[in-house]
Amino acid sequence: MHRILAVLHKELLQMRRDKMTLALVFLLPLVQLLLFGFAIQTEVKHIPTVVFDQSLTAESRALLDAFSASGYFDIEYVAGSFGDVNKMIDSGKAKVGIVFPPDFAASLNRGVPAQVQVLVDASDNMVANQAIAIANSIGLIKSQEILAQKVRLAGPPYDIRVRPWYNPDGITAYYMVPAILGTVVTMTMVLLTSMGIVRERERGTLEQLMVTPIKSIELMIGKIVPYILLGYIQITVALIIGVTVFRVPIRGSLLELYILTLFFITASLGLGILISNVARTQMQAMQMGFFVMLPSILLSGFMFPRDAMPRLIYYISNLIPLTYYLDIIRGIVLKGIGFSYLVGQVTALLVFTVVLLIVSALKFKKKIA
Amino acid sequence: MAKEVLSWKRAVRENSGYLNIKIKPGEIYGFLGPNGAGKSTVIRMLCGILQPSSGSAVILGYDLLREAEKIKARIGYMSQKFSLYDDLSVLENLNFYAGIYSIPRKIRQQRIEEMLNLAGLLGREKEPAANLSGGWKQRLALCCAIIARPDIVFLDEPTSGVSPTSRRMFFNIIQELAGQGTTIMVTTHFMDEAERCHKIAFISAGKLMAVNSPDYLKRKTLQGFLVELTIPRAMEKISVLEKLPYVKECSMHGLSLHILLTDEKHVQDLHEFSGVEPRPIVPSLEDVFMALAARQRAGEGNA
Repeated sequence: MHRILAVLHKELLQMRRDKMTLALVFLLPLVQLLLFGFAIQTEVKHIPTVVFDQSLTAESRALLDAFSASGYFDIEYVAGSFGDVNKMIDSGKAKVGIVFPPDFAASLNRGVPAQVQVLVDASDNMVANQAIAIANSIGLIKSQEILAQKVRLAGPPYDIRVRPWYNPDGITAYYMVPAILGTVVTMTMVLLTSMGIVRERERGTLEQLMVTPIKSIELMIGKIVPYILLGYIQITVALIIGVTVFRVPIRGSLLELYILTLFFITASLGLGILISNVARTQMQAMQMGFFVMLPSILLSGFMFPRDAMPRLIYYISNLIPLTYYLDIIRGIVLKGIGFSYLVGQVTALLVFTVVLLIVSALKFKKKIA
Repeated sequence: MAKEVLSWKRAVRENSGYLNIKIKPGEIYGFLGPNGAGKSTVIRMLCGILQPSSGSAVILGYDLLREAEKIKARIGYMSQKFSLYDDLSVLENLNFYAGIYSIPRKIRQQRIEEMLNLAGLLGREKEPAANLSGGWKQRLALCCAIIARPDIVFLDEPTSGVSPTSRRMFFNIIQELAGQGTTIMVTTHFMDEAERCHKIAFISAGKLMAVNSPDYLKRKTLQGFLVELTIPRAMEKISVLEKLPYVKECSMHGLSLHILLTDEKHVQDLHEFSGVEPRPIVPSLEDVFMALAARQRAGEGNA
């Protein structure tokens, strides 16, 4: 116990004096949240649009109004020829082009399908998907209206009412802020602890420690505990920003969130300690840290929905602690669910922690070669 | 006769012999040899942080291979790197090691003060270790290593890179410790430090070449008669002198040559050959080591 306390005290002293660590703990959540929270908008609105209307009739005008009223298309340019439309899209000034043929109104009135061409710049996937989906649904809705008028129905035959639960207004920040929080915590924990042992190895103090009666597990615990504290400080900072700046509602129990977060912090620390035991230099540790972080960010469901991933990748994403924590934090913050729904995730994180710590302790022999 | 605190046998590579070390309590045991002779390796193995390839050792009654952790509680180790935490203060460094060695809180304060006194760092407790200069760092590192009053202290080139004054101060502390019954095993390149050891072991290529007191080694190692010869352009003459039948060894010492003759009667021959009168001298440790290193090289040549 003396020995664990000695390591713990030493780590706290060093931590307090290391400005980089403090900056990482306080500034990282601040900067990341403000940057990503505002910048990441998965919903694409106000797509610049060019129109080439060869019909110039009330009918074509009505459909155009529907497009601009949706809020997704801003009709910014009017073209006089196909060539102009091409130029606008090629130059990137417009992402979408809408082209009405000369016989648009005539076909409509004759009861023949009236064609409208919607050209989409698909070099940007996100914009293209959104534009295509919205353009299709505008077409369907307008068609239904016209059909309903013709057969004198009071409304469309189906009336599907969708209610988006948990985030009815589709506010991206609600979804992103908890995820950024998880990402920032795991990033800080892995990076800081991965330096922990390898730094002592580089400075030669580890060799000195090996000659003392300290046990591997005592050293690991003494090194990890102070970072748990840091992780909690960081989460608190991030939550405060999330609630005050982004107005993210916390629907579940804050206490439960803090308790379950412990398992995520320890799993991240376990990963960092393992890296630190394997790496020979701080440089190597840093590189390994990034090697671990990138898949965490890309595959955990932080950026892309896991349901859309190919089978193999989906299974791989099960090996990332952040995957489980995203379920936990989104579940508690947005859905207001509790532990009983999250047993599986918590168990997974617990297994991560135990396995990583045991492997680290085994890997760390008190030998230099 | 006091019981040994350390005895060690190790086969160094196939057929190249054994390293057989026995150390008694309170002894200052100097470990000497050229660079790459394996001094640090031996010390690290004895401290239990490097796996010996073969052989066995009993330290303080414990078996090195099976009870390394028990040994660690009773030894101190300091390497040439002075492994201190630079970002911690003098006091914090001492406090940390006091905790690591589980020194009871009641006596911790007193023990730390004792160490500060020993290192001459009283009044500088709050200074970051990074600010200390070489000699102070070295003494602080030593105090961190001996804060638990170990029975054996292993020092791996503890005095490399510090001033002669600091080296002297350091060795005074070592002698004080030995006087209190602590066993010291120290590697060094400095002959003045070697002179202050009770016993010296000279190793080369992992092989023990000689073990004894400095006095004994000086008297008995050199088989022959050592003279000093001061001649102009001495350096150029070495190759000629070496070929004389009665000259065993010849090396530069300052501006003059130290020449080992096969027998005292050849002093006159050398006088006639060189035209300068050779002066009989008592061999220094340096002469001893030059001779031992040469013997090792010759041995390799024959093999």
